[in-house]
Amino acid sequence: MDEVLNVFSVEAREQLEAMEAGLLQLEAGDRDPETINGVFRAAHTIKGGAGVVEIHTVEKFTHVLENVLDRLRNGEIEVNGDMISALLLGCDHIGTLLDMVARGQTEADDGVQRAGDEIAEQLRPFLGGKAAATKASGVTVADGTVQRSDREGRINDCWHISIRFGRNVFKNGMDPLAFLRYLLNLGEIAHITTLTDAMPEADVMDPELCYLGFEIAFRSHASKEDIERVFAFCRDECELHILPPDSKLEEYLLLIDALPEETMRLGEILVKSGALTREELDAGLRRQSGEKVGAGDTAGAPQLGNILIQQHSVQPELVEAAAIKQKAVSEKKAAESSLIRVHADKLDQLIDLVGELVIAGASANLLAKKSGEAALTEATSVLSRLVESIRDSALQLRMVQIGETFNRFHRVARDVSKDLHKEIELVISGAETELDKSVVEKIGDPLMHLVRNAMDHGIESPAARAAAGKPTAGRVELNAFHDSGSIVIEVVDDGGGLNKDRIQAKAIEKGVIQEGETLSDQEVVNLIFEPGFSTVEKVTNLSGRGVGMDVVRKNITALRGSVDVKTELGAGSRFTIRLPLTLAIIDGFLTSVGKASYVIPLDMVVECIELADTSIERDYINLRGEVLPFVRLRELFEVPGKQPARENIVVVQYAGRKAGIVVDQLLGEFQTVIKPLGSLFRNMRGIGGSTILGTGEVALILDVQALVGQCAATEELQARGRHGARRVEAHGAAA
Amino acid sequence: MEFTTQAAADGAMRMAIDGDLNIYHADEIKRRLIDGIRGNAVLELDLSRVGEMDSAGFQLLALAKQEGNQLDHALRIVGHGPAVREVIEFFNMAAFFGDPLVIPAGEQA
Repeated sequence: MDEVLNVFSVEAREQLEAMEAGLLQLEAGDRDPETINGVFRAAHTIKGGAGVVEIHTVEKFTHVLENVLDRLRNGEIEVNGDMISALLLGCDHIGTLLDMVARGQTEADDGVQRAGDEIAEQLRPFLGGKAAATKASGVTVADGTVQRSDREGRINDCWHISIRFGRNVFKNGMDPLAFLRYLLNLGEIAHITTLTDAMPEADVMDPELCYLGFEIAFRSHASKEDIERVFAFCRDECELHILPPDSKLEEYLLLIDALPEETMRLGEILVKSGALTREELDAGLRRQSGEKVGAGDTAGAPQLGNILIQQHSVQPELVEAAAIKQKAVSEKKAAESSLIRVHADKLDQLIDLVGELVIAGASANLLAKKSGEAALTEATSVLSRLVESIRDSALQLRMVQIGETFNRFHRVARDVSKDLHKEIELVISGAETELDKSVVEKIGDPLMHLVRNAMDHGIESPAARAAAGKPTAGRVELNAFHDSGSIVIEVVDDGGGLNKDRIQAKAIEKGVIQEGETLSDQEVVNLIFEPGFSTVEKVTNLSGRGVGMDVVRKNITALRGSVDVKTELGAGSRFTIRLPLTLAIIDGFLTSVGKASYVIPLDMVVECIELADTSIERDYINLRGEVLPFVRLRELFEVPGKQPARENIVVVQYAGRKAGIVVDQLLGEFQTVIKPLGSLFRNMRGIGGSTILGTGEVALILDVQALVGQCAATEELQARGRHGARRVEAHGAAA
Repeated sequence: MEFTTQAAADGAMRMAIDGDLNIYHADEIKRRLIDGIRGNAVLELDLSRVGEMDSAGFQLLALAKQEGNQLDHALRIVGHGPAVREVIEFFNMAAFFGDPLVIPAGEQA
């Protein structure tokens, strides 16, 4: 796919998302004109873009949507559920068309074409008379104006060109007709009004002078400069105003004021050409008749522009608000245009280089310290501070907000509610939480699965909820926040919760566990992550194909993250995903055991304490009244060498659990570039990766999550051991 | 450039124009059209043999129409040559010439 198509495709998808979000807001009862405008603009941008890159399938289809949205925008039709559904289907269809484009297919095949036609058919009722009008061919004089037969769609996507030719154009050998015909090379004249108002009485009229003026609604992708250039030869003599598509009402009003003709007449022309709405003009007319201004008394009549502006000034704060909003929109556009699209590869390369820089910097630092030269040490420490800043900014480049991923689920919530006849409210918090782009991309699917599960299996039917004394509308929450070096994403529902007995029965049936095995509640719940497990007998098209949760867990583990679930029968479930903030470089805490160095991610380190009595046998200590389980790295990794007289405990925290890691020496903070371990070590537990020290030696990065997990497991085992209920006996403590 | 006038059956005067309605004959066209519309309550213009029409020619037709409206005389175009039709349609002025009753609402106010 070539570059232009690619850019179009990416942008179209962004617009599509915006469109979908807006439509959902409308459905939720939002009637803010800015929302409708936003949706319209998105459709309009897609159509325009498709036109530029000549993907006519998309252009044509989007045009239908745009027509409906335009009527909506002008208040000609009301929002209703069927319309939104059809429009959403339309969005999906545009997505399908874009997929085809991505595959290099520019023409729709029959199936897709038919699907598109069906959606267009669904939308037809909302097009009203306009659809019929566009079909009619020839000149219709019904309303006293001539509709051009090629007029198609709405006018507001048009440039408004207002031109009064200079008196001398004929004498200079030019013909306005020629200019206007030339204009057709750039686009399509959607509506033209010829003004002969400037023509004087026959006696004084000079047939060699030009008295013509035109108001033109011009549909084109050309730039303003291009349009101006058409009139370049007569530019000096004529009065030319060009308003871009979707100009503000104020701009039209200014235009009306600027033009020589009577304002009422101009107002009518603007309405006809679609630039102003009838309501806006009528409001002005009513005001005028209220003031009993004589008909035709143009000199005394207040200018239409003034009327409208005065009317607006009745509610100045409204106008103010609208202006601020408009400003915000344009600022947003400006912000968007200041973005640069960079190929992800380049960014990755930069991060790699920064990684190398960090390592090289560490090495220089070390040498400087060894040399003992104060000036050199100082220089290198400045250098390393800068390297740190570069590292942070480089990583920041890859960070994106998770909000976009979250917003997709509004649509899911809507569709699921419709399909399953449930009422589901989706609440999102922490949408501004940032995480690595590559993580965001990979988390989408697992998250989708969890959300669908929550809606499908979690939330009960309204009747069941009412019976259980809960509000009929179910609530699914999506939360994101940062927590000690990781990002936490939660999917919470207030549904039925997981039925542990059913899970256990199912697990036995599927052979995941043996009958008579005694598991803790948490272990039972965790069974849902086992391969081939699904608790719902009925397979719906949403979830429940039994290929879900194990894949979810696998995907998340692949990101060095974890997923766990807390559930309460009848009250709901909470799935918590923890992911590392970044995949490349971390601040580490360097420790050593014997001759080996180990790096602990600094974000997870809570404190360091001395293990006073190295001879104790047990694996926990009393930390200010709390039990702190710990692991001895020396034992865990079977590090050779003698146990030193003094050992230290690094207290780490992960997912709310604390654990200690016993090491020989604490060596301090260290910027760490994570190098993945080879596939040979994939199954090794407790090691997350490796890094290279300034000396060129290799240090292993500890997988704190695994170590804490191990501590917790040992603790639990011991706790059970004390109660004498090992998982062998049949009936025991199956609580 | 030829202007042929001939009384029509219903008391109207029919003027047939043979030639081009353009800037080169603007003076003559203006004179003939204005005289025609001033001198007759109903002037029918047969433009079917007009070969070419430019903005100047169009403007003069509009002038004659305007003059007619002021005098309460009717100007009817009974035959459109292809060029005339094309220009009038392009300028979206068929309604302006077509039916004296059709005046945009803005002008009534």
